[in-house]
Amino acid sequence: MSTPLEPTGGIDTAETIENAIELREVEGLSQGQIVRRRFFRHRGAIIGLVVLALVAILAYTSIGAFGIPGWWKWDYFTPNDVQNSGTPTLSMPVWLGGNGFAIGDHPFGQDEIGRDIFARVMKGTQTSLDVMVVISLLAAVIGMVIGAVAGYFRGGIDQFLMRFTDLFITFPVIVIGAVLGKFAGQAGAFWLAVALGAISWTTLARLVRGEFLTLREREFVDAAKVAGASSTRIIRKHMIPNAMGVIIVNTTLLASQAVLLETALSYLGFGIKSPDVSLGTMISEYQSAFSTRPWLFWWPGLFIILIALSVNFIGDGLRDAFDPRQKRVPSERKMNRAARAGATTEPEQATS
Amino acid sequence: MLVFFVKRLLMSLVVVLISTIIMYFLVDLSIDPLADLRLSTAPNKAEQIQRRIAQLNLDQPVIERYLSWLKGASGCLYGSCDLGENWKTHQSTTSLLSGAVTTTIQLVGAATLIAIVLGVMVGLISALRQYTGFDYSITFLSFLLYSLPVFWVAVLAKEFLAIDFNDFLGSPDPQIAVPTIVIAALVVGITVSSAIAGKMGTRLRNFAIAAGVVAILIAYLNISGFFKEPDLGIVLIILISVGWAFVITILSTGLRNRKALYSALSVAALGAILWLPLLYFWAWANDAGILGWPLVLAMFVVALVVSAGIGLAWGGPDRTRSARTAALTAIPVSATLFMDRLMQSWDNYLNNQLIKGRPIATLGRQTPNLEGDFWIHTLDTMTHLVLPTATLILISFASYTRYTRASTLEVMNQDYIRTARSKGLTERTVIMRHAFRNALLPLASIVPIDIITLLGGAIITETVFGWFGMGRLFVDSLANNQQDPVMAYIVIVGVLAVIANFVSDLIYAVLDPRIRVAA
Repeated sequence: MSTPLEPTGGIDTAETIENAIELREVEGLSQGQIVRRRFFRHRGAIIGLVVLALVAILAYTSIGAFGIPGWWKWDYFTPNDVQNSGTPTLSMPVWLGGNGFAIGDHPFGQDEIGRDIFARVMKGTQTSLDVMVVISLLAAVIGMVIGAVAGYFRGGIDQFLMRFTDLFITFPVIVIGAVLGKFAGQAGAFWLAVALGAISWTTLARLVRGEFLTLREREFVDAAKVAGASSTRIIRKHMIPNAMGVIIVNTTLLASQAVLLETALSYLGFGIKSPDVSLGTMISEYQSAFSTRPWLFWWPGLFIILIALSVNFIGDGLRDAFDPRQKRVPSERKMNRAARAGATTEPEQATS
Repeated sequence: MLVFFVKRLLMSLVVVLISTIIMYFLVDLSIDPLADLRLSTAPNKAEQIQRRIAQLNLDQPVIERYLSWLKGASGCLYGSCDLGENWKTHQSTTSLLSGAVTTTIQLVGAATLIAIVLGVMVGLISALRQYTGFDYSITFLSFLLYSLPVFWVAVLAKEFLAIDFNDFLGSPDPQIAVPTIVIAALVVGITVSSAIAGKMGTRLRNFAIAAGVVAILIAYLNISGFFKEPDLGIVLIILISVGWAFVITILSTGLRNRKALYSALSVAALGAILWLPLLYFWAWANDAGILGWPLVLAMFVVALVVSAGIGLAWGGPDRTRSARTAALTAIPVSATLFMDRLMQSWDNYLNNQLIKGRPIATLGRQTPNLEGDFWIHTLDTMTHLVLPTATLILISFASYTRYTRASTLEVMNQDYIRTARSKGLTERTVIMRHAFRNALLPLASIVPIDIITLLGGAIITETVFGWFGMGRLFVDSLANNQQDPVMAYIVIVGVLAVIANFVSDLIYAVLDPRIRVAA
């Protein structure tokens, strides 16, 4: 294990210091712990996680969900009296240029028949989140199974499954989505999500297949085979855990695309139909009122961006955490400190 | 190799064929041609329904309708296309398509080009300045652009870019306010200085130069009344051309190559000299009735050839590089001359009674019944293109930036970059010759697919801005339960996708000798 090229005292190149910092950080940790630690150090991902959690809590508790009533006084479908032509009552604190923080009766305003926009935006956010979860879970499962089977068995099955995948890749997702959404949308948000999930697994399937093609040549798979494990067991216990990074990262990125896909289809009229509320339908309903009631338009768009952006950041954090090739360059201060520390502890390091 | 490609092409065509079967069934399921009649209260409702069923052969099983559709569609292979018709207006699908295709190409052409150039440039710089403030800002920006719903941005663009900008132009004395100038100068200064990076002193100097140039430029535009009567004038043309000559020489050969610099500068000088004669030439062409895009493109090609000739004429051992630099310089110089001529017609265009001083359009691809010469019509197309193009660029810019950044980072860690550096090559040569070209390789496989996807229709953008292109045709036909146009669209998109994949494989195999596909 002796490497004569090891730099000796005094010649601390930047690279050895960098490696030393990295080594100290991951010493004695399991793969999962390293990934978790890297993820929690990714500031963007953590902010994204917090924002997404806040949005979800706000959306689900305020107007209630799954039959449980929420704490908000209005609901999203009853027309009320239009107060002050529906202007939002939310006002910013003084230091943000408003005139004192206040929530008021209708913080996001009302539409022309007096429905509360806050409740409607919350309902739309719920729809988007529900659809996002269903699409990404379904797509992850289908993509994982198809990719795993194709990559593990290869040969004829692989050929067949990949040509099957090609069938879906031929068209942009939004085109098949529109055709499917036209009738699935009438059946409700859940079925729309199922239909969209059933067509958006293709990228994941290809990536998982690629991962499996390399994994199946590894020694631990051979070992499992020699020990007499069945194919299902090898795939389930040995290979999928090793491909989990690819699966998780791409499912997250898929989730943010799913939010945009659902809202875009709803905007075009091929997605969620009223009386269900989607942020996309809200924007398409209210876009002509932009000059008179801009708040009808601002809030739904803002929430779409909040969801998609935070999910994107979480995905970025996950990718950095799972990818061992991605090395964080330590800051200059950290390098200097390590160099100083290295100079004083040189003898001990040399013996270890 | 050839066998492999032929096999792949045939395979893909089979895939398209099968996918049309599936899509025909799905479309048949999702549309309901009788929807309007079901709600009708007419006394002869049953009879109308009967007639519609007979008209659309709805009593036949769907597979039979598919076969008869396929028979008509396969006629396209030998020149007798029958893709059915819109059953409400009885327009044939082929006639609907021909208009839609040109509209879409016009819409996505400029947007794709600009997005690629900008995205690649920003992505490259972002990768070279990894983990700096510039890199983080660009990363954040591209995530933000990824997460923007197109339809939302489009409505905002209509409101703020079009209506507010038109109001600004319509005001009696349009001037950019001083705070805006200061903010613009600061933003540009910070961006440029952090993109170029370097020591503190260099940064401050770059910041001062960039901010100063922007402030002076905007102040000049204000004073010269540019927003009332846009006009470049010979002074600005010379400045811009010389500026481009330097920029392109720095990027393509470096300033130390004097011959290349002189060729680029001669092209700039030639452009300035030709400014006045060209104006007479355009007027003559207009009178002769030959003014149009073919002539403009021909002139552009002539400009490229002449500039390459200038580069060769400067001679020297590597005269091809001078020629290339000169030809590259010719592109912005001729574009500047063209813009100058366009701007001279701006006043005429603005005061046209159909425009009424509100030039930036929010709907459609041209002003109906607009009369005028080539310049007026070109201006009209441009003002209609501004908003949708800006929207499309915003969306695709992000992905090109990310791709270029990722591939550049990977390339910069390769051994051949270290070799190039240790040979003592300049940083410019290392980046532009060794890194940049290799970093572009993955893009070669992404760009064709991207272009074709866009050709399939910027579905949402077309809908929001009222362009009757491919995407709009699809959306409208689907909403109005028109099976034939929807199927025609689907076939075209499918075939285009096959071609795109094929082209990208081909390009990749040609560009990268490391990739050899097994037959």
